[in-house]
Amino acid sequence: MTQIIRSSPVLAFIGLQICFIFFASTLTCTSGSEDSYTITGRVKIPPSNVIGHTAKFSNVKVLLNGGLKITFLRPDGYFTFHKVPAGTHLIEVSAMGYFFSPVRVDVSARHRGKVQATLIETRRSLTEMVLEPLKEEQYYEIREPFNVMNIVKSPMGLMVGFMVVVVFLMPKLMENIDPEEMKQAQEEMRRQGVPSLTSLLPGAGASR
Amino acid sequence: MAIRVFLLLLLFLSSAIVSFSLYEDQAGLADWHQRYIGKVKHAVFHTQKTGRKRVIVSTEENVVASLDLRHGEIFWRHVLGTKDAIDGVGIALGKYVITLSSEGSTLRAWNLPDGQMVWETALSSAHHSKSLLSVPINLKVDKDYPITVFGGGYLHAVSAIDGEVLWEKDFTAEGFEVQRVLQPLGSTVIYVLGFVNLSEAVVYQIDSKIGEVVAQKSMVFPGGFSGEISSVSSDKVVVLDSKKSILVTIGFIDGDISFQKTPVSDLVENSGNAEILSPLLSNMLAVKVNKRTIFVKVGGEGKLEVVDSLSDETAMSDSLPVADDQEAFASVHHEGSKIHLMVKLVNELDNVLLRETIQMDQHRGRVHKVFMNNYIRTDRSNGFRALIVMEDHSLLLLQQGAIVWSREEGLASVTDVTTAELPVEKDGVSVAKVEHTLFEWLKGHVLKLKGSLLLASPEDVVAIQELRVKSSGKNKLTRDHNGFRKLILALTRAGKLFALHTGDGRIVWSMLLKSQACERPNGISLYQWQVPHHHAMDKNPSVLVVGRCGSDSSAPGVLSFVDVYTGKKITSSDIGHSVVQVLPLPFTDSTEQRLHLIADTVGHVHLYPKTSEALSIFQREFQNIYWYTVGADDGIIRGHVMKSSCSGETADEYCFTTRELWTVVFPSESEKIISTLTRKPNEVVHTQAKVNTDQDLLYKYVSRNLLFVATVSPKGAGEIGSVTPEESSLVVYLIDTITGRILHRLSHQGCQGPVHAVFSENWVVYHYFNLRAHKYEVTVVEIYDQSRAENKNVWKLILGKHNLTAPITSYSRPEVFTKSQSYFFAQSVKTIAVTSTAKGITSKQLLIGTIGDQILALDKRFVDPRRTLNPSQAEKEEGIIPLTDSLPIIPQSYVTHSHRVEGLKGIVTAPSKLESTTHVFAYGVDLFYTRLAPSKTYDSLTDDFSYALLLITIVALVAAIYITWALSEKKELSEKWR
Repeated sequence: MTQIIRSSPVLAFIGLQICFIFFASTLTCTSGSEDSYTITGRVKIPPSNVIGHTAKFSNVKVLLNGGLKITFLRPDGYFTFHKVPAGTHLIEVSAMGYFFSPVRVDVSARHRGKVQATLIETRRSLTEMVLEPLKEEQYYEIREPFNVMNIVKSPMGLMVGFMVVVVFLMPKLMENIDPEEMKQAQEEMRRQGVPSLTSLLPGAGASR
Repeated sequence: MAIRVFLLLLLFLSSAIVSFSLYEDQAGLADWHQRYIGKVKHAVFHTQKTGRKRVIVSTEENVVASLDLRHGEIFWRHVLGTKDAIDGVGIALGKYVITLSSEGSTLRAWNLPDGQMVWETALSSAHHSKSLLSVPINLKVDKDYPITVFGGGYLHAVSAIDGEVLWEKDFTAEGFEVQRVLQPLGSTVIYVLGFVNLSEAVVYQIDSKIGEVVAQKSMVFPGGFSGEISSVSSDKVVVLDSKKSILVTIGFIDGDISFQKTPVSDLVENSGNAEILSPLLSNMLAVKVNKRTIFVKVGGEGKLEVVDSLSDETAMSDSLPVADDQEAFASVHHEGSKIHLMVKLVNELDNVLLRETIQMDQHRGRVHKVFMNNYIRTDRSNGFRALIVMEDHSLLLLQQGAIVWSREEGLASVTDVTTAELPVEKDGVSVAKVEHTLFEWLKGHVLKLKGSLLLASPEDVVAIQELRVKSSGKNKLTRDHNGFRKLILALTRAGKLFALHTGDGRIVWSMLLKSQACERPNGISLYQWQVPHHHAMDKNPSVLVVGRCGSDSSAPGVLSFVDVYTGKKITSSDIGHSVVQVLPLPFTDSTEQRLHLIADTVGHVHLYPKTSEALSIFQREFQNIYWYTVGADDGIIRGHVMKSSCSGETADEYCFTTRELWTVVFPSESEKIISTLTRKPNEVVHTQAKVNTDQDLLYKYVSRNLLFVATVSPKGAGEIGSVTPEESSLVVYLIDTITGRILHRLSHQGCQGPVHAVFSENWVVYHYFNLRAHKYEVTVVEIYDQSRAENKNVWKLILGKHNLTAPITSYSRPEVFTKSQSYFFAQSVKTIAVTSTAKGITSKQLLIGTIGDQILALDKRFVDPRRTLNPSQAEKEEGIIPLTDSLPIIPQSYVTHSHRVEGLKGIVTAPSKLESTTHVFAYGVDLFYTRLAPSKTYDSLTDDFSYALLLITIVALVAAIYITWALSEKKELSEKWR
C-alpha cells in the first residue's frame, strides 16, 4: 500500500534554510510601470541520482493563477512573470517527479510592486523567491526484493504451510491421544461405515 | 477459526486505502500514450552538414517542437499557455530557436539541441495588432545581428545572445503598422516599411545599432490598402488596394517610395476580387483570382505580367535559393487520389527541377501548406524534400517520390469522444492460437515468476514484456470476453473521425467528413446512433457525427452516419437548419436506431431519423419530452416543452415548435453562470439504498433531470488575483430540469471560479478557489430522498406499507436533504471525471486532470460527507477515512504515471464488460489511454497471477503426499516386522 512520507517537508525545510545561506543574493525583485509588475523567482531542484538533472529541468513549467500564464525555466533555474497586476496571485510549479507547494504571491501596489511570497502547504513565508520541491514523487510501486516471508504470506505459501502443519504436526498430536481411545474411535468409525455425503445431510439422517 | 481469519483478512483488505498503483515494469501493458503537436503553422528547417537534421515547427495548439527529419519523431517540444499563440519562429545564431508569441509581446529563445529555454524577454505592447518577427540570417555566427520584432505598436531590436532589448521605437502615436523589415547584409541601416491607417506608406531608415531614425519618407495612396502584402524582392512589395482590384507595387529603393498601379483586370480578364497568397517568391507573387492561382512576375520597374496560371487547389511553398542566384519553389496539386509535387525555378517556370507523383489517402483532404527544403545529393545535384500539411492537419514529409513519414496531427485537437464495440468473433475464424507447447508455456510462467520475485535479468524483463503483449492478444480486432478491446471514436476539429484501438492506440480507420453544402464541415459532436444487439440483428453499429458548415452557430448543420466496424459513411445529409443542441431521446425504433432531437436557432426542434415509425414513437411520448437551455450571457436557464408540429410554417412533419415552461433568472448584478453540468445519461446506478453504520438506511435521490449550476459574482469571473475575498462569492444550485425547481442552493463566500465539477449518481464534486485561504477547495454535495426514509422497517416492507412502488414524478415536490463537506486541494485542476463500470457496483474514483497535465485517481471515499475527525469503530470497519483538511495527493495514484497528457482537455470513461474495470481515455495535445480497476480486479486474476507458482505448489504437494505415503508404508512395514 502507499505511504506518504511525512518527514520530507521537514527535510525540505532544512534544505531551504541551507539554500538561503548560499543564495542570499537571489532577489524577488520587481520593477515596472504603473500597474504591471514583474515576479522573478528561482526553482531549485536537488540533483537527483536517478534521472538526469538537466533532462528534467527543461520540462519544468511555472504557472501563474491556474495556468493563465505559463513560463519556463532558464538554464540557471530562474523564471520571470511579466506584466502582472498588483494583487494576490498563485504560482504553481509543475515538474515530473517532484511535488511543489503552491505559492501565494502578494504584489503590493502601494510599495511599488513589492512581492511577498508564502508557501501555501506549509504556511511558511519566503524571504527570497526560491522554490524547492516539498517531496520527490515516485509514480511506481517499488517491488519488494526477494523475501522468504513474501512467499510464505502468499496464498500458495499459506497452502503449503497448512499442509506442512497437517503432515508434520498432526502425527505429533495424534501421538498424544491415548491409543485405547484411538482404537475406540476407529471401531466406531468402522461400525458406522464410510461416512457418505447423504448421511451428512440432515434429511437423509432422519429417514434412517 | 478459519472463517474468522478470513473475515479479518477481508476487513483488512477493505479498510486499506486502495489506490491505483503500478510497478514500473507494468507501465505500458494496459496503457498507451501518444504525443502530438497539432496543425503546423510555421516550419523552419535546420539541416546543417553535420549533426541531426531537424525541422522546427510551431502549431495552432501553441506548441513549439523540434522534429527529427528522418523519422518524424519529436526531439523536444513545449506547450505554451492557451493564450500564448505563436506568431513566428526562427533560428538565430545557428543554435537558438526564437519564438514570438502573445501578439508580439513575448520573445523566447530555446536551445536547439535539447529545448531548454535560454532567455525570455517581455516586449512592451500597447494594443492588439499583427506581429512580425524578423530573424537575420547571419552567415557569421560570432557576429550578433539584432532580431527585430514588431507588435502592439512598438518596434524592438533584441540581441539574440541574451535577449536584451537593444532599443525600442514607439509607433503607437502615429498608428504606424510595420509590414516589412529589411536588413541589407553588411549594412547597419535597416529599412522598415509600414502603413499608417492603411492609406499612407511610410519607410523608415533606422540605425540598427542605436535605433535612431536616419531618414523617413511617406506617401499617401488615395485608394487605401487592404493589408494583404507580399514582398517580391529586397526593395519591392506588392499590395492590394482596399477594393481588391488593383495591385500596387511599392518600391522603396534607398528610402524613396514609388507607387505603380496595375489593375488586376489588366492581367486577367473578367476578374473578380483578388487575393494575394502567402508564399514569398522572389520577383514574383501568387495571386488568387477567379478561383485560379496566377503567377505574376514583377519586372525591374515594377511592371507586372502574368507568367503562369494554375488551378485553385494548388498549395505552394516559399521560394528557396538553390545554387547560382536561382530560386526555386515547390507546388503541390491534386489529381484524383494522387498528388503532384513540382519544384520549379522562379525565373524559368518551364524548368521543372523535380516532378513527383505520390499516392495519397483520400481521407487526408487537400494540401494546405507546403514547406520546402533542399539538400545536396552525393552527385552534387539538388535534392528536395517537402513537408506538407494536409486538410486533416496531418503532417507528411515527401522525399524522392515517397512519403517518408507522416504524423496524424489532427488527433491533437479532439473535440468529442465516444466508444464502440468491436465485431464479435465469427465461427470458423480461429480463436487465439492455443499456447504453443506446454514447455514454452511453463517457461513463460517461470520467467514471470522470476520477474515478480525480482530475480530476472534485464534480458528476462524484455522477454517478459514481449510475452505479456503477445499472450494477451490485446491488439486483435474482435470483441473479447472482458470487454478490454474496444474502439475509441475521436472526432477532431478538422472534421475527421478516428477509430483508435484500445489495445495499442493504433488507428483502425479514419474518415474525413464531407458535405455538398460546404467545402469542409467542422466536427462538433458524436452520438451513438445505432447499437444493435448482436444476437438479435446482424447489423453493424453506427454513430452519428454532427458537423457544421462554418464556425457560426447559425450555420447549417451536416449529419453523417458512420459504420463503426468499417469506417465507411452510410449516409450523410445537409439538414438545412442550424444545430444548437442535440438531444438523444431514450427511445429506439425497431432497427434500434436511437431517436434524436436537434434544436436550431429559430426555436424549432427536428426529429431524426426521419421515418414514420420514429414519428409515431415520438408522438406517443410527445407530452413527456422536456429539455432546457442555458443562457450563460443573460444568466437565464429556460425549460422547454413540445408544443405542436410546425406544419403551419413549413411542410416538414418532423419539425416541431416548442414553448417555454419555466425560467430560472439569476440576477445579473450579483451572479454570473460559469459552469453547468448534468449526469451522464447512460450511467448505471447499482442501488438506490445506502446502509449506514448504525443500520440506518438512506435513499439516494437518483434523478436524470438534475442540473448543477455554479455562479460567481461578476467581479469574480476574472482570473485569480483580480478580486479580494470580500468581492467574490460562489453559489451552486441543483435544479430539476423538468420543473425548474431549485432543490438545493449552497453559497461559498470569498470564493471564485473556475469551477470544475463532476456529477454522478446522487453526488456532485466541484473544485473552486477559496480566496480567503488562497487555496483550492473541493466540495462534495450528496443528495438524499427524504420521502423514502421511512421505508426502513422490515415489517413495513413485508406488510406492503411502503411507498417504494409509488410512481416517481418530477411534478410532486421532492423531499430531499443534502450532506456536504469541503476539503482543500493542493493543485489547480483542468478537468474532473469519474470512473464508470458496467453495473455500477464497483466503488468509484474521481479522475482529476491536474494543471501539470497528469491524471490523479482519488477514491470517492476521500470525498464522503460522512467523514468525521474520529470515526467510530463501526465506521472504520465500513471504510470511512478520518477527516483531514486536505485531500491527499498520492504519487502512486497518478494513472498517467510518468507521462504528461500535454494540453489536457478532457477525460472520458467507459465501462468494460468486467465489472471491476473501466476504460479511461484522456485527450488534449497528447492522447492517453489506460484501464483502471478502482477496487482492484476482484473479479478476475491479475496479469501478475503466477500460474507457475500455483503449478509448482501443486506438484510439490503431490510429491510430498507420495513421499510421506511411501515413508509411512515403510514405517508401518518395519513396525509389523518388529
